[in-house]
Amino acid sequence: MKMAIRKGRVIDPATGLDQVQDVFVAAGRVVGLGTAPADFHAGAEIDASGLVICPGLVDMSLRLREPGLEYVAGLESEMQAASAGGITSLACPPDTDPPLDEPGLIEMLKFRARSMPGPRVYPVGALTHQLKGERLTEMGELHEAGCIAFSQADAPLIDTAVLFHAMEYAASFDLPVWLRPEDHFLARGGVAHDGLVAARLGLPSIPVPAETVALQTILLLMRQTGARVHIMRLSSRAAVDMVRQAKAEGLPVTCDVAIHHVHLSEMDTADFNPHCHLVPPLRSLRDRDAIRQALAEGVIDAICSDHAPVDEDVKERPFQEAEPGATGAELLLPLTLRWGREAGLSLSQTLDRVTHRPARIMGVDAGYLRVGGAADLCLFDPEGVWQVSAESLLSLGKNSPYLGHEMLGRVHYTIIDGHLDYRRS
Amino acid sequence: MTSTMTPNLQLTPDGRLRHLLTLDGLPKRILTEVLDTAQSFVSVGERDVKKVPLLRGKAVFNVFFENSTRTRTTFEIAAKRLSADVVNLNVNASSQSKGETLLDTVSNLSAMLADMFVVRHSAAGAAHLIAHHVAPHIHVINAGDGRSAHPTQGLLDMFTIRHYKGDFHNLRVAIVGDVLHSRVARSQIHALTTLGCPEVRVIAPRTLLPRDVSGMGVHVFNRLEEGLKDVDVVMMLRLQNERMQGARLPSAGEYYKHWGLTPEKLKYARPDAIVMHPGPMNRGVEIDSAVADGGQSVILPQVTYGIAVRMAVMSLVAGANP
Amino acid sequence: MMLPEPNALIDALAAQLAPVMGTDCALIGIHTGGVWLRDAVIQRLGGKCLLGELDVSFYRDDFAQAGLHAEVQPSRIPFEIEGRSVILFDDVLYTGRTVRAAINLLFDYGRPASIRLAVLIDRGGRELPVCADFTGLRQDFPAHEHIDLLRSEAGELSLVHGPW
Repeated sequence: MKMAIRKGRVIDPATGLDQVQDVFVAAGRVVGLGTAPADFHAGAEIDASGLVICPGLVDMSLRLREPGLEYVAGLESEMQAASAGGITSLACPPDTDPPLDEPGLIEMLKFRARSMPGPRVYPVGALTHQLKGERLTEMGELHEAGCIAFSQADAPLIDTAVLFHAMEYAASFDLPVWLRPEDHFLARGGVAHDGLVAARLGLPSIPVPAETVALQTILLLMRQTGARVHIMRLSSRAAVDMVRQAKAEGLPVTCDVAIHHVHLSEMDTADFNPHCHLVPPLRSLRDRDAIRQALAEGVIDAICSDHAPVDEDVKERPFQEAEPGATGAELLLPLTLRWGREAGLSLSQTLDRVTHRPARIMGVDAGYLRVGGAADLCLFDPEGVWQVSAESLLSLGKNSPYLGHEMLGRVHYTIIDGHLDYRRS
Repeated sequence: MTSTMTPNLQLTPDGRLRHLLTLDGLPKRILTEVLDTAQSFVSVGERDVKKVPLLRGKAVFNVFFENSTRTRTTFEIAAKRLSADVVNLNVNASSQSKGETLLDTVSNLSAMLADMFVVRHSAAGAAHLIAHHVAPHIHVINAGDGRSAHPTQGLLDMFTIRHYKGDFHNLRVAIVGDVLHSRVARSQIHALTTLGCPEVRVIAPRTLLPRDVSGMGVHVFNRLEEGLKDVDVVMMLRLQNERMQGARLPSAGEYYKHWGLTPEKLKYARPDAIVMHPGPMNRGVEIDSAVADGGQSVILPQVTYGIAVRMAVMSLVAGANP
Repeated sequence: MMLPEPNALIDALAAQLAPVMGTDCALIGIHTGGVWLRDAVIQRLGGKCLLGELDVSFYRDDFAQAGLHAEVQPSRIPFEIEGRSVILFDDVLYTGRTVRAAINLLFDYGRPASIRLAVLIDRGGRELPVCADFTGLRQDFPAHEHIDLLRSEAGELSLVHGPW
């Protein structure tokens, strides 16, 4: 299908392009910017005046809850939700049930994802068998089946020797390892940042060294093994400083942060709101501000939704017993735009953290907008106001700290592989 | 996105106490009202007929997800002296593990026409969660949630201090022991700072103190001798059995040696200092029997006042309908 | 409508009470106006009577609507009530509900031989079968008006009235 998208503000974070012009799409590719190629006859036209046209969002962590957790959510609903959030490529973490530790599971997931509309799904394989942190998975096979990286998701890897060897083994195939730094013993039993709010409320806490001790271990093992490591979900100022230092020393490490940690802090847990029970915990305002600063500097490379649909039954519980996680697929864009506005960044710089940069880390052909590139596009109204509610979210996970809040920035169309995948009704 | 839901949840729009969940953020006016009302109930307790008809026809449900015969009994006596009908429920872990959620349990009990829930739960924030979800005419009193709050204990401690010391404005108060895991200590600290106590100290090894505890307005001491110097009130905390040896403390014996309150250590405090303990005591661990049973101990009066304070809280919340 | 000066009413009330007050008599005031009234009567008559004070907050029948009244004060009956002749004091007798609560409360201390009621003003409007034995002034007031006995810092009593 040939498509002409008229008069949108075209932004390509990869090149800094920011110009009102037409976009022409054919056979899944962008075939023209500004002027149509010869003999182009559009089968469909979209009037994008007033809208931003940018590369579709690339989300480094979006849980589809398949296989095994379909009673909470499933491919169909969550891929629709992702598409409604302007996401066209997503990495799904291996913490499914069973975990993504066998090629058959990867093939099934990819097959199921291809059979329905929605974003391109890139599975992240389990680093260890059953995510138990004991035995390595068949990373070679898993990679051939379609895994783009290997991770423990939020499961602990207690045995440092296993981590060491997993990194060595992955490095043998030059496969990326994605790790969330958390010392199991220091974090054990904790549900909140080890700060003033936890002291007041009496919540079992997780000290910052739970993150920094583990991060230091990872960085040292990375130097030793030469593994390609991406650090997931930074939460503390001290850890951000360590990454800044490591990057300054030339270590090829990348890192991301979850969108909620860009805006929220321990202060938001002060009323025991279980929707603010997240992993890692929301830390102090100073930590949050350091994250925002590091994002603006580019020390933190990417923002992900860390989308985690959670059932009401396990969420509406006392804070420390509530299942952690927040729905995020449909909030990634507006909350990223809010951060960019508050940080005084251009739209192109802002969108870079959710398009071009994560795509590069994932090693996928996405996250840019130019002639010849994939026609994965997000068309959004930067002034569009909407309210977060159980009804307005397509995700089956209604668990959000932002329920009842207004968002600025609304997706109108999502185009994936040249097809109109989502259109706001 | 900072929220102020906690204090508002406890008060009616016209500022009366609707639920008692935590002393954190409650205005001084409310704390004083509870203490003043409790004073009247003390005199009721001294009569032959110890009952008043205030809550006649009301159903008070003592819902204890964590066992505590002692606390439950004091609430039961308080409710009965107010002429309420009392239902005691020990919701053991098994019905929860069978999949019934806390909110399911509470809606079931609400359907039994409860007017008030007295809730004890092992998780911080449990009483808040229930208060968020009950019908508007139902009142919730927190009888202890995790490490978070034990507001009626905090109030009865304040009542006891006021009884013996008059007011709070010239007092030095020391809280000694496992502050980290103690809901009692948190409620005491919030109450003392709200009531205008100029110097609240916490005394414990670092492993038993929350990281940012000084942010709660207390002075931190690690050594008992230093912390007790010239204090007017010594509030001892119970050391849970499971903390007596492990990663945070080597042994009960070493704890007693350094933080146990003996007659010799008590001499660092002012000669007229009173000694309190929320009970049950570990004699020879956090407190020496000679102190517990000595002339400065007000531990038994605390228990008596506990009933009057709980009567006051129950009658104030039951009368605060939006 | 002008309210009378309370001292004249107290004089009248004291004159009625003088013959019946003996040493075995218990004079019990209902907080707060009733206590002031009782003290003013004793000031005039002298004598050594047993004294007590009641706060009826825990016995009120409007708790469900109005909640607990602010500033509840302890009740104090520092003697055996059993077999005693009691004179109960209140400033204003209106619906009779406060007196009902006070009688209930007294019985939780024991069984008195008799209870008589002395009030400064009986303003009519009874909702319960209660009447005063000794009255400073009997006069109807409109339902939308309230009447209060106040005491100044110096101990001077005055009557005020106004809309509820």
